[in-house]
Amino acid sequence: MSNKPLTPTHFVAPLEETPLVAIDAVNVGERKSNLWIDAWRDMRRRPMFWVSAVIILLVIVVALFPGLFTPVAPNSDCQLSNSNGGPTGEHILGFTKQGCDVFSRIVHGTSTSLSVGIIVTILTTVLGILFGAFAGFYGGWLDAVLSRAGDIFFSIPYILAAVVIMSVFSAYRNVFVISLAIGIFAWPSTARVLRAEILRVKQSDYVMAAQAVGVSNFKILMRHVLPNSIAPVIVVTTISLGAAIVAEATLSFLGVGLPNSTMSWGNDISAAQVDLRNAPQTLIYPSLALSITVLAFIMMGEVVRDALDPKARAQR
Amino acid sequence: MAGYILRRLLQAIPVLLGTTFLIYFMVFAMPGDPLLALFGDKTPNPALLERLRQEYNLDQPFIVQYFLYLGGIFRGDFGTSFSGEAVSDILARTFPVTIRLAILALIIEFVGGVLIGLYSGLRKGKLFDGTALIVSLVFISLPIFVIAFVGQYVFGIQLGWARTTVSSGAPIQDLILPAFVLASISLAQLIRLTRASVIETAGLDFVRTAYGKGLSRRRIIPVHILRNSLIPVVTYAATDFGVLLVGATVTEGIFNVPGVGRTLYQAIIRGEGPTVVSFVTVMVLIYLVVNLVVDLLYGLLDPRIRYVK
Repeated sequence: MSNKPLTPTHFVAPLEETPLVAIDAVNVGERKSNLWIDAWRDMRRRPMFWVSAVIILLVIVVALFPGLFTPVAPNSDCQLSNSNGGPTGEHILGFTKQGCDVFSRIVHGTSTSLSVGIIVTILTTVLGILFGAFAGFYGGWLDAVLSRAGDIFFSIPYILAAVVIMSVFSAYRNVFVISLAIGIFAWPSTARVLRAEILRVKQSDYVMAAQAVGVSNFKILMRHVLPNSIAPVIVVTTISLGAAIVAEATLSFLGVGLPNSTMSWGNDISAAQVDLRNAPQTLIYPSLALSITVLAFIMMGEVVRDALDPKARAQR
Repeated sequence: MAGYILRRLLQAIPVLLGTTFLIYFMVFAMPGDPLLALFGDKTPNPALLERLRQEYNLDQPFIVQYFLYLGGIFRGDFGTSFSGEAVSDILARTFPVTIRLAILALIIEFVGGVLIGLYSGLRKGKLFDGTALIVSLVFISLPIFVIAFVGQYVFGIQLGWARTTVSSGAPIQDLILPAFVLASISLAQLIRLTRASVIETAGLDFVRTAYGKGLSRRRIIPVHILRNSLIPVVTYAATDFGVLLVGATVTEGIFNVPGVGRTLYQAIIRGEGPTVVSFVTVMVLIYLVVNLVVDLLYGLLDPRIRYVK
């Protein structure tokens, strides 16, 4: 025991003992690193990333500028004398039953599939983030209500639900209606993934720190929790874009999708099914275009998942 | 356990009410005459319209309509098809065929998925594993009708191994090709899931202990690794049932299998709205019941589940 008086003279360590320079020493030359930079470094080393990125880019370019890829008009240049004809020099993939150029129809149908995919994805992401974020962050009765609502939408397989909606709206079949019909039942998977991630992120020290300094709950959600929970949503979003394209094709194939006048891969496949025996090219090539596009989006989703999730990386 | 069953049953009630309400709402709360909208560009028979109007109680307020309809469902009354046959009678006739197809598909997907997934997982990074990963990814991205047509073209037309359409009694040998098609997408998912699960389990301490105390691989692989890897695989089967239902609609339609799916497929193709609604409702109810049963079984299999809220 010392005889020193108990009243402390310094509450803070004197500056000369721990110079600020030492506390704040940051090696500026060091490479920056966070989740996204790490993920990018991981992704760009993988051939699967480049393959899917090139296909996705190509699909986007084809959808925006179909005229660049084929001089043949998909509808007006049709000659019934060419019905179900095989490939010729100018028409490399042959002809449909109506005598239209298969390649040209595939090229011009790209934008339909892609727009449905994009609209559905925007819709499911917005709904999924709204429901998932509020349910996960605020918890309690709000979580119970939102999660049960999600359960209800989740327990109807979304293609069956879309079949009902499209049957009811049979007079208004267009790209927006079909996207709504798919998206309105497809969002709960996004919401569930986000909710689970938010429940995890909510426990972090930085959230507690923000609460301690009196940041409002809504601001914590927007500034800290949401940006840190968004990674798995991006994975689900990429994969669901592919799934939405499949859903549109399936609905069109069933005959409750887009009207026959709209050019879409699903409609072409549907129309070609009766000629499987004598003109397989009319069915195989649109199916191939559809499958390659969907594969590209799903591969991209897998690559992003592997890059963002160290556990998945270890399994490779 | 009793508490767990009760809790799951209670949780199922709002979902059940919600889904039927949602379907009913989608169909009958639309502006204009919902019955006319259901028939699209066709003009329905006035007698049929009148009967449907009575059946769906369209003269009552909406909420009363819904509860009357719900009461009908509980009594097993799912409405009448376009041709005037009771939906419950059609179900009695077509359901056994669909069950046979579904069981065949489930066997293919489980045996194939678990075996290929296990082998891949144990030989991580080898040629077989890489091939399985890529092939399964391709299958996941193929729409089921594309798989069905390619299967029909290759095995039915080119090779002549199977019939392109199923004959009237739906004998097992005719169902094999449709079952493979139906199983293919889930098979691919199960391969990937089992593989990931096996890799994770194989790295756990109890497996290393088993190797350490000198057990043979013939015992470790089935008893220690496989058994503990199967839990996520079983859960997946339940959520996957919806995929199977949609797949059955398309597959049965293409291969002309006389099951529930084909009935729905033909009703959709012909634009018979009321039949579509009845069958979708039935399928959603089946889906809900299967999910509930799997959940209950799951609690029985893995005691840890019961105590987690």
